[in-house]
Amino acid sequence: MKKQKLLELGQTSLRVREHIIRLSGNGGCFIGASLSCADLIVYLYKEFLNVSKENLKDPKRDYFFLSKGHDVPALYGTYVELGWLEEERLKNHLKTNDFIYWHPNRNIPGIEFHSGSLGHNLSVAMGVAMDCKLRKQKNKIVVVVGDGELNEGSMWEALLVASAYKLDNLLIVVDRNQFQANIQTEDLIPLKPLAKKFETFGCKAKKVNGHNFEKMDEIFKKFPFEKGKVSVVIAETVRGKGLPSIEKRADRWFVNFKEEEIEQLLKELHGAKKTKLTSETIVVR
Amino acid sequence: MKMTYADILLDLINKDDRYMIMTSENRAAFRNLPPLIKNNFIDTGITEQTMIGMAAGLALRGRTPIVHALATFLTMRAFEFIRSDVGIANLPVKIVGAVPGFLSDGNGPTHQALEDVSIMRGIPPMNVFCPADEEDMLKGLKSVFTHPAPFYIRYNPTEALVEHSKFEIGKAEVFGEGTDVAILVYGFLFGEAFKAKEILESKAISVRLINIRTPKPVDEETILKAVDECKLIVTVEDHFITGGLYTILAEVLLRNRKTANVLPFALMNKWFKPALLNDVLQYERFAGELMAKRILETIAHG
Repeated sequence: MKKQKLLELGQTSLRVREHIIRLSGNGGCFIGASLSCADLIVYLYKEFLNVSKENLKDPKRDYFFLSKGHDVPALYGTYVELGWLEEERLKNHLKTNDFIYWHPNRNIPGIEFHSGSLGHNLSVAMGVAMDCKLRKQKNKIVVVVGDGELNEGSMWEALLVASAYKLDNLLIVVDRNQFQANIQTEDLIPLKPLAKKFETFGCKAKKVNGHNFEKMDEIFKKFPFEKGKVSVVIAETVRGKGLPSIEKRADRWFVNFKEEEIEQLLKELHGAKKTKLTSETIVVR
Repeated sequence: MKMTYADILLDLINKDDRYMIMTSENRAAFRNLPPLIKNNFIDTGITEQTMIGMAAGLALRGRTPIVHALATFLTMRAFEFIRSDVGIANLPVKIVGAVPGFLSDGNGPTHQALEDVSIMRGIPPMNVFCPADEEDMLKGLKSVFTHPAPFYIRYNPTEALVEHSKFEIGKAEVFGEGTDVAILVYGFLFGEAFKAKEILESKAISVRLINIRTPKPVDEETILKAVDECKLIVTVEDHFITGGLYTILAEVLLRNRKTANVLPFALMNKWFKPALLNDVLQYERFAGELMAKRILETIAHG
């Protein structure tokens, strides 16, 4: 990957993080998970997926599903940077005059399907993948899932079926940020060894640093990893990435920050010292 | 030769590649069909949730999936998938529940779909079709499958006692113009209700039998006409008393500021005794002659 390209991707994801931080006030959002998958989503849309504002209705486009819908701020931010969503509209977050809320919905151009309830979009993506195969189309079908989401039995049930039907046009990307809502995954329902679990279910899995564009490019370019198998990328990420004051913190799951905290966090993103956060966090949403 | 359910599916696919036949390993209704429709058939194994999610994905690509499994597992195990993936997106997925209500005969409570109509009609865009018998089902399927809305269908292969009239979504089928008793029924118990009608008529009670066909959208006009013209309204359903036909009637009455003398036949907050179908009908007192007897007693006691 060229230096210039890396620089551009870094700048884009920095702006996406700014959008996410701004969405964390006035009602708030799920900031930790949004920041962990921001680089992934920016990479996928800018470098991997054949999808643009112009081909959004074309049946030959690539499909992207965000199965763990609560990190949709990363998607909103990316769509703003792609020019699919006017930046002004982010001010409508949680307002009745728009469709910008805590989980994705199809009123936002680019969002293929709604999510929110965990464990759904993998099977929905499989339906799309199956149809593309039946029509002998070459689309790539990508679904981003959470590691906590892998507690859901429907994920593993769906994997059995995806492998049975050899859906090698399907790519599952795990945002492996090590957390489920308020607890570390390994402290509650351990997932290790995760790659092995996927492979036992008939997939071909690869690990990558989900914040390193060069490494991601090396791995994703190898898709499909093996003919006849579902590809899985386990993207190792950091919850809250980019903001040391909230990184890897179980209590920064859902947040609703004050105006001055947001100003401080934006500075922190650009290298200023850790923000002193005083807002109570809302643990359950 | 007599048409079958599988013939209807085959004909549909031969004319329009959009239709996909799916099942969670329940092929009873179309054993010989899969090899004939290779590219339009998906068996997902015993995975009701995955099947519904995939059906939603196929519908996003312009397909109309017709999905099959036992009614309980399909509507209850996969309920949240139906509600959230099919319902919220209002996708044209046709959900065919096998052995609903009494048709699960000897299986026991795990297999008794007695709240399926209630929970399916509670999903905003979902419609519900409960055919009286095989002929009624085959008459209705084309309209139901080609309709753009999601539909739940209570699969019913029982042999018809009567010839049914033309099917129209949202229109009930009326037998007789009696004014003593109106029997409202959907699904499999139509046959028993028909027997009850004949017994009552032999005792000089005039009966109007209303085959509801689609509990949603329900034929409010036909129900209101019966309420205005008949002395007693009887509801008959192999469903819990809550959320099915008895509740639908109550909703129609309330919406129109009316009341009526109503005798419900339904499962009164209990599962039914598992046994062979005819024995179930006797034991639970849903056999035609037993229903007729209770209706006569109700009339006698005013």
